[in-house]
Amino acid sequence: MGLTAAEKIIAEKSGKEVVHPGDIVQAKVDLVLINDVTAPLAIMKFRELGINRVWDERRIAIVLDHFTPNKDIKSAEQCKFAREFAREMNILHFFEGGSVGIEHCLLPEKGLVAPGDLVIGADSHTCTYGALGAFATGVGSTDAGMAMATGDIWLRVPETMKFIYTGNLQPWVTGKDLILHTIGDIGVNGALYRVMEFSGETIAQLSMAERMTMCNMAIEAGAKTGMMDVDEKTMEYVKKRVKKEFRVYRSDEDANYVDSREYNVEKIEPLVAFPHLPENVVPVSRAAKMNIAVDQVFIGSCTNGRIEDLRMAAEILEGRKVAERLRLIIIPCSPGVYRDALKEGLIEIFLDAGAVIGPPTCGPCLGGHMGVLAKGERAVSTTNRNFVGRMGYPESEVYLANPYVAAASAVMGRIASPEEVMR
Amino acid sequence: MKLKGRAWKYGDNVDTDVIIPARYLNTSDPKELSEHVLEDLDPDFRERMKKGDIIVAGENFGCGSSREHAPLAIKASGVSCVIAKSFARIFYRNAINIGLPILESREAVEFVKDGDILEIELEKGVIRNLSRGEEYRFASFPDFVMNILRAGGLVEYTRRRLRGEDI
Ligand code: SF4
Repeated sequence: MGLTAAEKIIAEKSGKEVVHPGDIVQAKVDLVLINDVTAPLAIMKFRELGINRVWDERRIAIVLDHFTPNKDIKSAEQCKFAREFAREMNILHFFEGGSVGIEHCLLPEKGLVAPGDLVIGADSHTCTYGALGAFATGVGSTDAGMAMATGDIWLRVPETMKFIYTGNLQPWVTGKDLILHTIGDIGVNGALYRVMEFSGETIAQLSMAERMTMCNMAIEAGAKTGMMDVDEKTMEYVKKRVKKEFRVYRSDEDANYVDSREYNVEKIEPLVAFPHLPENVVPVSRAAKMNIAVDQVFIGSCTNGRIEDLRMAAEILEGRKVAERLRLIIIPCSPGVYRDALKEGLIEIFLDAGAVIGPPTCGPCLGGHMGVLAKGERAVSTTNRNFVGRMGYPESEVYLANPYVAAASAVMGRIASPEEVMR
Repeated sequence: MKLKGRAWKYGDNVDTDVIIPARYLNTSDPKELSEHVLEDLDPDFRERMKKGDIIVAGENFGCGSSREHAPLAIKASGVSCVIAKSFARIFYRNAINIGLPILESREAVEFVKDGDILEIELEKGVIRNLSRGEEYRFASFPDFVMNILRAGGLVEYTRRRLRGEDI
């Protein structure tokens, strides 16, 4: 019986010939990630060990991206705590101020994740890096704190589910819609403990950004991670960035999958996930007819804040204005993306349309700052979670969508299809 | 490791919000947290449970946020172990890491009734229902997960590893 890419990576990292789903192994990690929210507890746990050196100061990334630029005294203290630790331990990959971007955009962009890597992060969306052929998963702070000391982690080998996408994408349909469709199909627990392996001819057509969007939301179906095959596009992306040597692992033809699903994407139109679960998906044509007025549109986050996403938004917003009484907030996910957006003239398009441009930060995605919702307010957002209170007041509403739909809704002042604007 | 206690039975999707409501998250003190464990699900639990008792639940126990406070509150209350059909992923990790044994056994969940007295042998993978004279199995933990549990959690386990002690 063959093995999946995930099984091969875990076997390699745990020094075993083969591993099987259900096995629990101790595996070496290539990178440990912590952020301003999870670093303090992870560092405290690390300190409990009574040692004064981390396992490898070049393989820990500390990214102060959630409540930064420091939004209040508490977050300033948390960042200070993490910063002092980073200095003391000589952490090489420490990002803040003008160097910071949202962790799951920044690390791939900086070449810190390579195919075949095993990455753990004290953040649930660490699964994003599966788009590069890495095995990457979110863990608790204790896990991260201990891995900073030992360079390894215990893992239960997950089962793998296969998702095959065929056909050509319809206009305005993106990777975001494919993953929303999938979560709508299997539900928010549909892939519990498992790896979601995304494959098929449609995936090959997607940009790296869209692939990252899909893997990013694997956790929204309960999965341990999402993964994709490494193809020419992946190699082109990583070769420009990754400095170290790496090995590519591919799933065998006869690998063991617990479940396999096939989707013909020609039947999929842009989707909107209604409050309060990512599985509540409605086709945009139907949502657009419901006359759902919107107070705020947010385009950004580790899900859809990359340059490709901003280009989509600009395509809709060029020469148009944001609807009256609606706030459009656009946040490039990293300094690099910000710079590209400037060079390409996207920022000007956004400013002309009446958007607010924020500095790279998680900000509104988790109701942190820079666009928190008031009671009863409604937002269309390109992020990944629309749980109760996710972006602000418990009685506010979040509708998840792709950047085209978000931008179109900003122009129309209600949930709208890109077609209505671009006719 | 042998565990023994009364079974407290609950349903599917017991989430971290009912295990320890967010309103108590302004502390990380396990004792304080434990005073509110399962408060919104079963207000009697905290008052009537005894040290060593066992929670038995359905699918997806511990779903919701990744807060480590949830398994901490359960452990500090004196619960010796949780048995469920399945656990949410990060809860599973967090529980083992803080030294709270959690077992997956569909069989046990199906046959155990609220109030039954259970005895568990972690190494052997056996749950004995002393009230009914039945026995159920669960996949026993690999050695090093057993070692984490025996050490009382991942921090102590790692400390011993780093010191090169036998574990
Ligand atoms: S952008 Fe949102 S989902 Fe992504 S890491 Fe930040 S808070 Fe989490």
